[in-house]
Amino acid sequence: MPSDRPDDLFSTMRQSIIDGASDTASSLARQAVASGVAPLDAINNGYVPGMHDVGEQFAKGQMFLPDMMASAEAMRAAMAVLDPELTKVGAERPTAGVVVLGTTKGDIHEIGKILVGTLLSAHGFRVHDLGVDVAGDTFAAKARELGADIVGVSALLTTTMRNQKGVIESLEKAGLRSQVRVMVGGAPVTRRWAEEIGADGYAKDAMSAVDLARELMNQKVLRQNAPVAEQA
Amino acid sequence: MRPKFELLDKALIERILDEAFQLLEDPGVRVAPYVVELLSSAGVAVADGVAHIPEALARRLLDLAPRGFCLYDRSGKPAVRYGGDDVHFDPGSSCLNILDPATQQARPAMAADLVRLVQVTEMLPEFAAQSTAIVCNDVPQEIGDWYRLLLVLWYSEKPVVTGAFSASSLHTLLDVLAIESGGSDELRRHPRAIFDVCPSPPLNWSEFASQNLVDLARGGIPAEIVSMPLAGATAPVTLAGSVVQHAAECISGITIHQLAQPGAPIVWGGAPAIFDMRTGKTPMGAIETAMLDVACAQVGKYVGLPTHAYMVAGDGRVIDAQVEMESGMSAVLGALAGINMISGAGMLDFLACHSIEKLVIDAEAIASAKRLIAGIEPRSDSLALAMFAETGLHGDFLKLKETRALFRKEQHFPSAVIDRGLASSDGSTPGILERAGQRVEELISAYVRQPLPDDREKKMIAFAQREGKKAGLEGLPEILKPEYAPEAGLM
Repeated sequence: MPSDRPDDLFSTMRQSIIDGASDTASSLARQAVASGVAPLDAINNGYVPGMHDVGEQFAKGQMFLPDMMASAEAMRAAMAVLDPELTKVGAERPTAGVVVLGTTKGDIHEIGKILVGTLLSAHGFRVHDLGVDVAGDTFAAKARELGADIVGVSALLTTTMRNQKGVIESLEKAGLRSQVRVMVGGAPVTRRWAEEIGADGYAKDAMSAVDLARELMNQKVLRQNAPVAEQA
Repeated sequence: MRPKFELLDKALIERILDEAFQLLEDPGVRVAPYVVELLSSAGVAVADGVAHIPEALARRLLDLAPRGFCLYDRSGKPAVRYGGDDVHFDPGSSCLNILDPATQQARPAMAADLVRLVQVTEMLPEFAAQSTAIVCNDVPQEIGDWYRLLLVLWYSEKPVVTGAFSASSLHTLLDVLAIESGGSDELRRHPRAIFDVCPSPPLNWSEFASQNLVDLARGGIPAEIVSMPLAGATAPVTLAGSVVQHAAECISGITIHQLAQPGAPIVWGGAPAIFDMRTGKTPMGAIETAMLDVACAQVGKYVGLPTHAYMVAGDGRVIDAQVEMESGMSAVLGALAGINMISGAGMLDFLACHSIEKLVIDAEAIASAKRLIAGIEPRSDSLALAMFAETGLHGDFLKLKETRALFRKEQHFPSAVIDRGLASSDGSTPGILERAGQRVEELISAYVRQPLPDDREKKMIAFAQREGKKAGLEGLPEILKPEYAPEAGLM
């Protein structure tokens, strides 16, 4: 058992994420709530640093996708306890961004997309997963409804990859393109393809999708803060 | 003796099949509405889109599937035999990108690239069949399926491994094949093409895959199940577990197929792969992927069916030592496993890119693999004694008539793609890429198109012009105008 010192508690929380131990993460969250630790402190000082460690170790090839999935699941378990507490105190976890995800029309593959969604959620993004075989207009409608910052479009097949372009066209048609960043991914997708269809970014795997999403959010913030003349 | 490579003993194969049959009953297989009645009327319980296939029925239908069949060349001669331990190779299929011959960088593939690839494949005896290798980016997507098949049939006489990307395009592809064969009856008698049909892992026959299975069976055109378990992602992480899933997907597909038309030709095939736990990629060149291919084929052979696998592909992004190490190893293992059709040569970058230069290098690996499975034979009454009796301890074997009579049988002579120390004409020592590039150009220069019988040629052009026009196709890419312009009546 951890001691009562918050630093020890935070360090155990961090470790529970690294270990991918959902039960521990969840019980530590309950313990924090019971002992009066502010939910945001638990998140920002305990669980989030754990997720950062996982990301770093994954990038170095020291952790693997099943480890990462377990860590994301542990993060979800902790948040399931802490989110209602945040609501009670009228606080809100700062969202890294709102992302609408889906697999393109005609394609029913989603393993890569699920990985991306899981990792984005674990890294503080609010993710809405539209599932598979999603039409461009559906992406646009959901992006409008949620005020999405980013739309992520996945495709596994060389044939359905072409429909990623259709999603961008739907966003343009809906007048949303200037507000929404589009990132694309999937086995046959390349950076060159992303550029060709006018996407804002391409990620080769789930972890780089998180980095890309952060970068796209930074670009968006910079753009919003830029003087109007520069935007023109 | 024919050398053979096997990974599973009989007891393990029986366990794999036993678990596969159990999976077909529970949890069952997701199937599309198109086949629900077909399955129900045979006594399969289908609830909420999931079919629970009884083992007895599946075993009976497995027994109905033919043990072997042939694909025919343009002249109607049998050219590829599926069944037994026959081994054939064809290039990988449906690739969007190609390594540009000049820059060796990946770029979108065009119809002209497909034609070059087909011409090179036509010239290489290592490839018994063509494939619809490339998705032509300069052809409208809605007609892409049939147009690339038409190009292959236009430039090749070999059998073709192909596939449809939708239920409706299958019928257009069959129309093109029927024109080329001289009618649908002739196509049925002497099928020139086989169609890949892919279940979605795990255990899901989508609407268009279900429909393809049924329509191909009823049309008498061979189907090749390409089951693609990704070990650790869309299938159990263990190789044995993924082989079970592959078997269950094949058996359920064969059940649907044989119910539609008992005795229709079908292949136990696949493109299984491991799922890389660091990158989420599906490395086709991984040794475990090759192990899955070999094991899946072994199970197919055990139930007596023709087999297929996806091998001879590498994962690097350029032609390098990694890509060719992976491709060469997998060519050897596939040949030793006696897999009837091995697709994948020419491909790299996790099947995202094709390369004609790689195709000619892979052909050398394939030739070596074929030499390997030809094995070591006693070629004369004595193995060595008679030759020693002639030459004694002088060691002048080079002079012996047996040497001259037998060396061509014993040794395979690779093309100039393989550096065996032959000096080039100008004394330079070109690298592998340059040698492969030269070989490609030589093969294309030596290629001569064999025209179809005149009436079929006209019909194909008329078909292509009519259907192409509907999709806004300007002219017929890569079918040279002089080949059809004189027939002004067809324009």
